[in-house]
Amino acid sequence: MLQVLGQNVLNALQLGSVYALIALGYAMVYGILTMINFAHGDIFMVGAYLSLAAAVFLLGLPFKAPLPFVFVGALLFSMFLTALLGVTVERLAYRPLRQAPRVSAVITALGVGLFLENFTLAMLGPQPRHFPGLIPMQPWNIFGLTLTPLQVLIILLAALLMVLLDLLIRRTLLGMAMRAISYNRPIVPLMGVPVDRVISLTFAVGSAIAAAGGLLYGLAYPVLDPYMGIRIGWWAFIAAVVGGIGNIRGAMLGGYILGFVEIFTPVLLPASTYRDFVAFSLLLLLLVFKPTGLLGRPMFERV
Amino acid sequence: MAAVMPQRRYLTWGSITLLLALSWVLPESGLLNPYVVQILMYVGINMILTLALNLVNGYMGEFSVGHAGFMAVGAYMSSILTVWVIPPALSFWAFPAVLVAGGLAAAATGLVVAFPSFRTRGDYLAIVTLAFNMIVKSVLENLEILGGPRGFLGMPRLTSLPWVTAWVLLTLYLCRNLVYSNFGRGLMAIREDEVAANLTSVDTRKIKMYAFLISAFFTGVAGGLFAHLLQFINPRSFSILKSTDMLVMVYLGGIGSLTGSLLGATIFTLLLELLRPLGLWRWVVGPLLLVLLMIFRPRGIMGLKESKWFIPRFGAGSRRS
Repeated sequence: MLQVLGQNVLNALQLGSVYALIALGYAMVYGILTMINFAHGDIFMVGAYLSLAAAVFLLGLPFKAPLPFVFVGALLFSMFLTALLGVTVERLAYRPLRQAPRVSAVITALGVGLFLENFTLAMLGPQPRHFPGLIPMQPWNIFGLTLTPLQVLIILLAALLMVLLDLLIRRTLLGMAMRAISYNRPIVPLMGVPVDRVISLTFAVGSAIAAAGGLLYGLAYPVLDPYMGIRIGWWAFIAAVVGGIGNIRGAMLGGYILGFVEIFTPVLLPASTYRDFVAFSLLLLLLVFKPTGLLGRPMFERV
Repeated sequence: MAAVMPQRRYLTWGSITLLLALSWVLPESGLLNPYVVQILMYVGINMILTLALNLVNGYMGEFSVGHAGFMAVGAYMSSILTVWVIPPALSFWAFPAVLVAGGLAAAATGLVVAFPSFRTRGDYLAIVTLAFNMIVKSVLENLEILGGPRGFLGMPRLTSLPWVTAWVLLTLYLCRNLVYSNFGRGLMAIREDEVAANLTSVDTRKIKMYAFLISAFFTGVAGGLFAHLLQFINPRSFSILKSTDMLVMVYLGGIGSLTGSLLGATIFTLLLELLRPLGLWRWVVGPLLLVLLMIFRPRGIMGLKESKWFIPRFGAGSRRS
């Protein structure tokens, strides 16, 4: 019994890490622009496909590339290109709408998401792609728990990225600029902060982290299809809201909570088909009783 | 002024009668082929959906992303009635009542969203509606008695062009009267500034409640029409994508405009049909057009403007408050 529990905790941590990585992107963009970037789930999907492309290319080289090299290569390649994609989307689709009503930006984000999904579908066809295994699969047995190197890698790499991001936001000048913009948008440009550049960088960082999530997700659940970003994206979005949307540490916490909800719903309830129901009901209840999420600051309204 | 009034009234009633007559004659006589009639019915259903959603998103200024949930409730409720309850011989005559029942069921679930709207607003209310949509879909997927994820079928094809036309006209009429009544002014006051509305004795809770219920009602009716046109429904047809379609129609046509709603629904439906030859690329071009429209016309085609036709003119002495 305890073994099953431990095993499920590990699975939940693995899945939660991926959710947390994607939720960070929602939280960062919301924090700085107060805009829900509904295209983020699809940016994650593109990241997963880009890392697949890089991995297939590196594995197909005439000489036998060592697996860690392939992994790091795919990670860096997809993080870089996905960051570029995020910046491009922001530049072309969101920046012209800075002064427009906020819902226009949200509709645009929905449109961008649909575009990315269907463009990938039209380019690559509907058949799912299989992700090659890059990490040795033989499990370790520790206290009766089965632990694969992949699980360890996912949990540790995600944690490392989150720590780095937290440091970036709390300790660097760029992070200070981001926090300043989310604190008071109109005043910040007067202090000499290049707002547009900071927003671009926010999108770059958020998208790169989503790309890392895409690679890790592809390794753990090795079937990719163009619509994978929808469900994962929504779940990560709930994670961001549960933690208090716009709050970075809240998004991390929310990601792990959602991972636990998804893994433990089939354990406690008869069928896994209830997981959406459980997750969204929890979300609804949370929002009714604590409208700003777990770590969100309460909203004050100036009259 | 007084001389204009009756003329306009005759014109209105004349065009309504003509429209209804045409909607009956054209398909019956075979002048329009069944494919075109089908598209017209979709246009009509989408018009009802758009008008209903515009009430909440356009006039009240909240952001509902979950109206497909209401549509699902209306569709399933009316289908259950026609398949299991009403004997087939009566189903044609009972159809309006069935649709109303579907709408009422949808309105009842509207309470789930209306109550949180008292406390949460803006993005968080949008998320509540989103969660509502997902919950409805998930519940339907887990109800084996309704076919679960495989869907529900066996409804007779009761939806016809005259019915759709009649419901569009009814929805339009009621929405117009609502929007230009005291209630409508309350709605717009909430959109502009909820706190100020409250201070100027607008009963914001009551108005929000009614707005959600009425909007959910008509969305449910449209769901019933949709179910009895397609004769097959499954939970996936009421996913968040359906809600997205509705949002696109509202914001394409323009928020807070009845004319915009009608235009948005028409253009969206026809455009998707016209792009059909593109195959898979249809869904690439469509969203791209949407993004471009939002960039160049962020308030939609008719944003906050109205065709004169829909604005009631009150003669001297008949000024209502």
